Amino acid sequence: MTTAFTLNGKPVTADAAADTPLLWVLRDELGLTGTKYGCGVAQCGACTVHVEGGTRRSCVTPVGTIAGKVVTTIEGAANAEGAAGQVASALQRAWVELDVPQCGFCQSGQIMAAAVLVRQVADPTDADIDAAMSGNICRCATYLRIRKAIKLAASHLRGATS
Amino acid sequence: MVLADRRQVLAGAGALLVATVLPLPGRARAATAGASVFEPNAFVRIDAEGLVTVIIKAVEFGQGAATGLATLVAEELDADWDRVRLEFAPNDNTRYANQRMGTMAVGGSTTMASAWMQMRKAGATARMLLVTAAARRWGVPVSAVRTDAGILRSGRHEAPYGAFAEAAALLAAPEDVPLKSPGQFRLIGKVAPRPDSAPKSDGSAVFAMDVRHEGLVHAVMAHPLAFGATVARLDDTAALAVPGVRKVARAGSGVAVYADSFVAALRGRTALDVAWDMAAAETRSSHELEAEALRLAELPGHAVVETAPFPVHLPPGSRIVEASFVLPYLAHAPMETLNATLKVTGDRLDVWAGSQFQVLEPAAMAAELGIAEDKVLLHQCYAGGSFGRRATPGREFGHEAGKVCAAWGGPEPVKFVWTREDDLTGGFYRPMMVHKVRAAIAEDGTILGWDHRMAGQSIVAGTPFEAGAKKRGYDQMMVEGANETGYRMGAHRLGVSEMASRIPVNWWRSVGASHTGFVIEAMVDRLLGAVGIDLVAGRIALLEDERARAVVRRVAGIADWQRARPEGRALGIAYVKSFGTHVAQVAEVSRGEDGLPRVHKVWCAVDCGLPINPDNIRAQVEGGIGFALGHALHAEIVLGEGGQVMQRNFDDYPSLRMGGMPDVEVAIIASDADPTGIGEPPVPPLAPAVASAWRRLTGQAIERLPFSRAIREARA
Repeated sequence: MTTAFTLNGKPVTADAAADTPLLWVLRDELGLTGTKYGCGVAQCGACTVHVEGGTRRSCVTPVGTIAGKVVTTIEGAANAEGAAGQVASALQRAWVELDVPQCGFCQSGQIMAAAVLVRQVADPTDADIDAAMSGNICRCATYLRIRKAIKLAASHLRGATS
Repeated sequence: MVLADRRQVLAGAGALLVATVLPLPGRARAATAGASVFEPNAFVRIDAEGLVTVIIKAVEFGQGAATGLATLVAEELDADWDRVRLEFAPNDNTRYANQRMGTMAVGGSTTMASAWMQMRKAGATARMLLVTAAARRWGVPVSAVRTDAGILRSGRHEAPYGAFAEAAALLAAPEDVPLKSPGQFRLIGKVAPRPDSAPKSDGSAVFAMDVRHEGLVHAVMAHPLAFGATVARLDDTAALAVPGVRKVARAGSGVAVYADSFVAALRGRTALDVAWDMAAAETRSSHELEAEALRLAELPGHAVVETAPFPVHLPPGSRIVEASFVLPYLAHAPMETLNATLKVTGDRLDVWAGSQFQVLEPAAMAAELGIAEDKVLLHQCYAGGSFGRRATPGREFGHEAGKVCAAWGGPEPVKFVWTREDDLTGGFYRPMMVHKVRAAIAEDGTILGWDHRMAGQSIVAGTPFEAGAKKRGYDQMMVEGANETGYRMGAHRLGVSEMASRIPVNWWRSVGASHTGFVIEAMVDRLLGAVGIDLVAGRIALLEDERARAVVRRVAGIADWQRARPEGRALGIAYVKSFGTHVAQVAEVSRGEDGLPRVHKVWCAVDCGLPINPDNIRAQVEGGIGFALGHALHAEIVLGEGGQVMQRNFDDYPSLRMGGMPDVEVAIIASDADPTGIGEPPVPPLAPAVASAWRRLTGQAIERLPFSRAIREARA
């Protein structure tokens, strides 16, 4: 069967059974491999994407449930319209500025989780970051730099809008 | 900067669909421009535009080796760091072997130490050729040509490197080139940002898991329920009825399922009906194995160290401390699970992988397919972590992937993927280790005697590495850190007993020091505590090497060791040398709401010789501390009754998460000594430093990891 949805600003149609996890539709059918498989059971957050602007674990999201919805992946995050794109772009620049990634495999998911936090909280505290990022595992434990990069990106964004 | 893989570019729009690696205009020209490309040796290529490509012989799995190797080349080349690109080397030992191992490999934190001179010479040779070409063109002596950030200059002459790429390519490489003195360094020891940060932040970095081909067949494997079991009976009717499943075949010790998609392959695997033959399986639980190891650790064992008999009479005021330690099986659980794509074309094999043994592993695959070793080409990808997992001495994953591809039998490329459940239940753990120590300390803090017996599985037993690693009759990697501790040990005896089991074990980030470091430090800590001597001053008095004493002094300084902490908090300290690098850490700890240690901050002093990339050293220390802490607090692989592994995913093999990450402050000791490793050495001191703080905070001495189990069992 097919499922139509909006992916990174463009309409797409996925030709997969409705119960196929969105993650594998993105990676294997639509060729967007920036979203990663880490656990398959919504424990690690490597597969985090945005559905209707909120974080979603694509490894446990049946593609049938996102029919007609707006999905954003790491590949399209910086080009998303309006504030969403600005936030993702600022986060990516902060990630590079602070050399956050080590192996890098979890970082797409980290950035997607951080993007929703920074959109909602302009000046996130440590507690905000702990809560928003607790679902995303980094086995290299780059957490200190993730925390710093979120704060750096948020401060850049506050500077840009004040 | 981006990572370029020339082979992928040359593959062009053919069958390979690595859609996320788009050739840049400059790169496309570099790959096809022929004579205008200057390639003075196996590690450097400079095109007419002046783009410098450094060929990276090490796997990049987060440790920063690619950046480090490129830094060495760029330093001596006087390259413009912003115009340096990375390209992974193919499988070729003649050009790209790790010079300490004789084969392409990353291990033992040796990459920078072993390539330190080789990479610098490669860069210096390229620079000398460019300088010579410019000098000839300009009619000036070679000594009159200066270089800076990709520009050649002499008097009124000035040209970018690219302008002389073609001319330099026609010159013969000099035998000997002068290298810079440390005072001349502009990148080494300074700032060299990671070229892989950008592609790892926008989803474009290509890991093996991201490789796509037309007509790809997805394969997964049903592994035996217990290690060493085999297939007794297989009914694949239901599996073959799953839409998308194309084939089921016995392969190696299990059953491979092939499908049009990964999801279909997984569903097919779930539908398999397999009965396992447990005759040869390891069916003991880890509880039973622990009892066996404890029994073995009662024996004197193979004498590794034997300086003098344990003193019979101790001076007044001396104290004896005796303890048994149990350190659990641990999985590496890199974020990217094991996977590879294999494509057989006639008599040749193409492999896409993030390989840590880039020659040995593809060769293992080829062997299973009956393909000659020189007909296999590795397309090396980024690897999503390893911590030791991607390099097993027996190359078991390579053999399994080769068998899975062979059992498919068709010309289609086969992508073979381990799930997280395969990863955690599939073995190659840090072995469970048991240590029994009896030690005596004098009132003045002198260690008088140390009788140490340890038991566990050997990493190399039954592997091709066994002969080399056991040339003294025992597994050197089992005892490293317990044989040479850095402390004056008094009458020191170390005996080791090997426990046989079919549980696959392997090196795990910091290898022997991951358990010996804990035991030695926990004992030193308790000995000093028993005679009331300061844990910093006592260690400094016992340590033999000035570099060791210096890191302990330094960490005490930055942690302000003597300053009183708020009520409910305590500091602990540990020092461990591994892979030539001295590391001391102080941890500030309280009792968390969950009853476990809550680590607020870790101070770390590190002496890894000349610091090549200080920011990467800090990154490895931060990450190593987080990696070590997550395991020390929570992680343990447990075999239940019948030998079945109980942990299947991150819900029962917990990882450190954001909220548990302590603040980290790093001091790097200034040094001109040859560089040593940094990927592993930050790991071993963390758990004993936390245990030291916990003992001072609560009075409880930790003799078992993880903390969660030790503390739970102490309460019970």
